[in-house]
Amino acid sequence: MLKVVLIAVLLVGGVGLIAAILLSVASTVFAVPVNEKEIAIRDVLPGANCGACGYSGCDSYAKALANDGSIPANLCRPGGNDAMVAISGILGVEVTESEKVAALVQCAGDCDSCNKKSEYQGIDSCAAAKMLFGGPFACMHGCLGCGDCTKVCEYDAIHVVNGVAVVNRNKCVACGLCATACPNQLIDMVPVKKVAVVRCSNKDKGALTRATCSNGCIGCMKCQKNCPSGAVTVTNNFARVDYSKCTGCGVCVEGCPVKCISMVQ
Amino acid sequence: MLKSLLVILMSSVLVNNYVLSKFLGICPFLGVSKKTDQAVGMGLSVIFVMLLATLATWPIQTFLLDPLGLGYLQTIVFILVIAALVQLLEMVLKKYIPALYQSLGVYLPLITTNCAVLGVTINNISDGYGFVESMVSSLGCGLGFLLAMWLFAGVRGRIENSNPPKAFQGVPIALISASIVSISFYGFAGIIEKLFA
Repeated sequence: MLKVVLIAVLLVGGVGLIAAILLSVASTVFAVPVNEKEIAIRDVLPGANCGACGYSGCDSYAKALANDGSIPANLCRPGGNDAMVAISGILGVEVTESEKVAALVQCAGDCDSCNKKSEYQGIDSCAAAKMLFGGPFACMHGCLGCGDCTKVCEYDAIHVVNGVAVVNRNKCVACGLCATACPNQLIDMVPVKKVAVVRCSNKDKGALTRATCSNGCIGCMKCQKNCPSGAVTVTNNFARVDYSKCTGCGVCVEGCPVKCISMVQ
Repeated sequence: MLKSLLVILMSSVLVNNYVLSKFLGICPFLGVSKKTDQAVGMGLSVIFVMLLATLATWPIQTFLLDPLGLGYLQTIVFILVIAALVQLLEMVLKKYIPALYQSLGVYLPLITTNCAVLGVTINNISDGYGFVESMVSSLGCGLGFLLAMWLFAGVRGRIENSNPPKAFQGVPIALISASIVSISFYGFAGIIEKLFA
């Protein structure tokens, strides 16, 4: 009886032992030298594999950084400033500051404010909706509301609310996938600080804009004249804020007749 | 001899398909079948590992476990051997064929504990196959797995572009379509014996 148990234990133990020895020998024989910096950089990157840096994923960005000194360390947008500082520390290069940004949809034409010209019942995609006479809304430049941005967002940070996309700026990591997906290029990266933003991208003349959307920028130039720091300019019949110049005073917000400029934190 | 090998090969690809008839290896079948190229990569890795596992486990059973009367240790010893083999394979690939490692590397740990691989090795023994028959049967099972993965990846691609009711979206519709694909494979039952009769 004891002998039977002993043989069984010895056999399984023996097979295990042989496998263990084989594997430990193999791990030294077949060891592949890896750049230590590469592993260290890969550890500080967020692992989102979003591709915002221009490489196919966090692994390939880490590899490129470790092997080529000329590649900037601040390309990782989800990692932001923290990742950049950590990478610079590993590579022993100077820290170049990068400002924390988050996505913002430059359109406020929701179902209540923007008129509809048609009922769209096709494929559930902004790109498809745009192809059909520029989408269901009367405004040709605004949010199409089918949520192509929501589908590409890995962080659940952007959702269509009442026909217009809205970014949850606490969840946003500024990877820029939504900005690429938007067929009307409405999404821009805006610094996470107190700045004025224009939530409209309508290039039409003021009278036409007013007829289609009550939240649309009519290009009246009032904000441009009022801004004490010269941060607001009106081109193509809509206003844009230079975030590097904006002080967050809020003069433009008070003066806007259509209330399409607002402050974000 | 050749005819019986051909029968084993064809029946393990079509009639006794491991995924669609025996329901082994469902985890990678549902997990890695979202894109065709990934599904094919996984299928090819499984073929390779199945052959390698049979190569190692058949002699162990025949020359070690059977003479000692330790047939009941089959499962645990086979798992041990297969897991060690796959780990070894991963290291060798990483060292010598990095390109292949890049494309197969992610699937290898998945295969380590894949029940289809264990199922093939154990079924080869319980069906009383010799060494050559076992290898042919493993090749057939691997090809069957590849076929099922590839077909189902195509089906999944069609599901992606359609709009099922909300309650069915995701895993439920994948399971339903898997069962329909499985039913279609029951049409092969009886064909092989007639073909080579």
